Amino acid sequence: MVAATSRVPVAKTYKIYIDGKFPRTESGRYFPLKDDEGNVIASICRGSRKDFRNSVVAARNAFAAWSAASAYLRGQILYRIAEMLEGRAEQFVAELVLQGVSKRRARAEVDATIDRLIYYAGWSDKYQQVFSAVNPVASSHFNFSVLEPTGVVAVIAPNDSGLLGLVSNIAPAIVGGNTCVVLASELLPLCAVSFAEVVHASDVPAGVVNILTGFRDELTEQFASHMDVNAVIFCDGDTDVSRDIQVLAADNIKRVISRVDTKWSEDAAQNPYLIKDTQETKTTWHPIGS
Amino acid sequence: MSLAAVPVSTQMPDLGQVTRVDEVGVKERVARFQSRSIKKESKVEALKMVLSMIDLTTLEGQDTPGKVRQLCQKALHLHDSMPGLPHVAAVCVYPTMVGVAKQALGDNDIKVASVATAFPSGMTPRQIKLEETRIAVDDGADEIDMVISRGAFLQGEYGFVFDEIAAIKEACGKAHLKVILETGELGTLDRIRRASVLAMHAGADFIKTSTGKIQPAATMPVTLVMLQAIRDYYYETGRMVGMKPAGGISKAKLAVHYLVMLRETLGQAWMTKEWFRFGASSLANDVLMQLQKQATGVYQSADYFSKD
Repeated sequence: MVAATSRVPVAKTYKIYIDGKFPRTESGRYFPLKDDEGNVIASICRGSRKDFRNSVVAARNAFAAWSAASAYLRGQILYRIAEMLEGRAEQFVAELVLQGVSKRRARAEVDATIDRLIYYAGWSDKYQQVFSAVNPVASSHFNFSVLEPTGVVAVIAPNDSGLLGLVSNIAPAIVGGNTCVVLASELLPLCAVSFAEVVHASDVPAGVVNILTGFRDELTEQFASHMDVNAVIFCDGDTDVSRDIQVLAADNIKRVISRVDTKWSEDAAQNPYLIKDTQETKTTWHPIGS
Repeated sequence: MSLAAVPVSTQMPDLGQVTRVDEVGVKERVARFQSRSIKKESKVEALKMVLSMIDLTTLEGQDTPGKVRQLCQKALHLHDSMPGLPHVAAVCVYPTMVGVAKQALGDNDIKVASVATAFPSGMTPRQIKLEETRIAVDDGADEIDMVISRGAFLQGEYGFVFDEIAAIKEACGKAHLKVILETGELGTLDRIRRASVLAMHAGADFIKTSTGKIQPAATMPVTLVMLQAIRDYYYETGRMVGMKPAGGISKAKLAVHYLVMLRETLGQAWMTKEWFRFGASSLANDVLMQLQKQATGVYQSADYFSKD
């Protein structure tokens, strides 16, 4: 007999994040996430290609306003994500522990994730200065090159780093004015869904970040082939996977960015070249003189 | 079955006798239509049918002859890299653009539809509406999309609205008349049904939901009520009337749901561009993107299709 004061715990349903909403997968399919002893931790949405398509539509719609937002505002919003994450750090540590990470390492990962967001927030109004140029030309033109965001970025996040690896790929893409659709780690998906809640509470406009969970072998092809995606980033996979992605991406000449074997916990994993990866260089020839 | 075969009676109907609409029933019926699964070949054929029924529309204050020519060019060449596509049914423009559209389309069988009667509000005296209609027809409009006087209708001046539609129908001559009810301003499904009956008895060749300038524009429940009115009018008089939902239908999937509703309410006879049209500007591109997806298996981008 249960005492009158005890209550039934309310378990969280882990859903996907599309266009600022948390729907279940359109396909109605789920897969069980298990701990080391084989106990089911949660049922995770097995995202479908239609979920991906809907995400790309949302990301495309969000792109115009997000890319036009001032660098200052984008920096502020990234900083806001870090603030929100800091306030919910314990939850993320607990989720990492639930997925088999030691408490000490979990704590370190969450801290590193927050710091990484601050790092890219700081770059929001600086990378343009570093990567833009006034070019010497042998004619009477003022010639300069500036960066512009490429558009919708599809990210297949690293499998072995559920939170830090995810955020390390989202942050440089969105700070540069891109919108993104991310496939979370298949092995460690819990933090991705919770991170979506943090994003949602941080004034990030709907559609700028979309996070799906599901199986790589089902979705990689879609990520690489969708004609309305401008860049695809992948963080795992052998040469076969890499080749397939490049072949499919060639149809609309996507940027293909491989971040295989990156150690996301190291300082070397954060640098402004990750921002530049998803930027286009626009060069202007402006006539001068008579 | 031809439209001209059955003479239009210009008797004002007794609107008190018009069937009341079961709103809950309509919503449930509409939900059923949306649960039909249309896949593969059926989907491709449905999408092509949608394309053939589109009235490609530009009704902006900022329209220019250049914009209208561009629209006509799009009507003629939807996506030339895909062979075997039908062309759209018509282009729909303001009266001042009828001549431009007519010239741009040449002797192709794409129709030119013109809105008239002080679209979108309809708030001008009758002689101006009649004159505007005659000018559009003289300039070569094959179809006239008129708006009803919603204010008068809501006031209960059904006779005024009836006479107005009948007068415009007469001014149309050979041109087909589509009567826009502007359902977003009528408020209830009962009024929409009554307005449909009124318009059909006054001689409408088509009844049309909306101008696209008022929200909500076309919705499936509203369209179902109008389709049912058309069906009952057909049983009563033997005359077929066409249907044109307009405004807010921008996705191919939704358009296919409309076709399902059409098929299951009016039947096969209405499943042609003679009897059913979509008033839309961005629907065509979405349909083309879906067709391309069916052909290549790859989701498409608006970057590779002509602008709306």
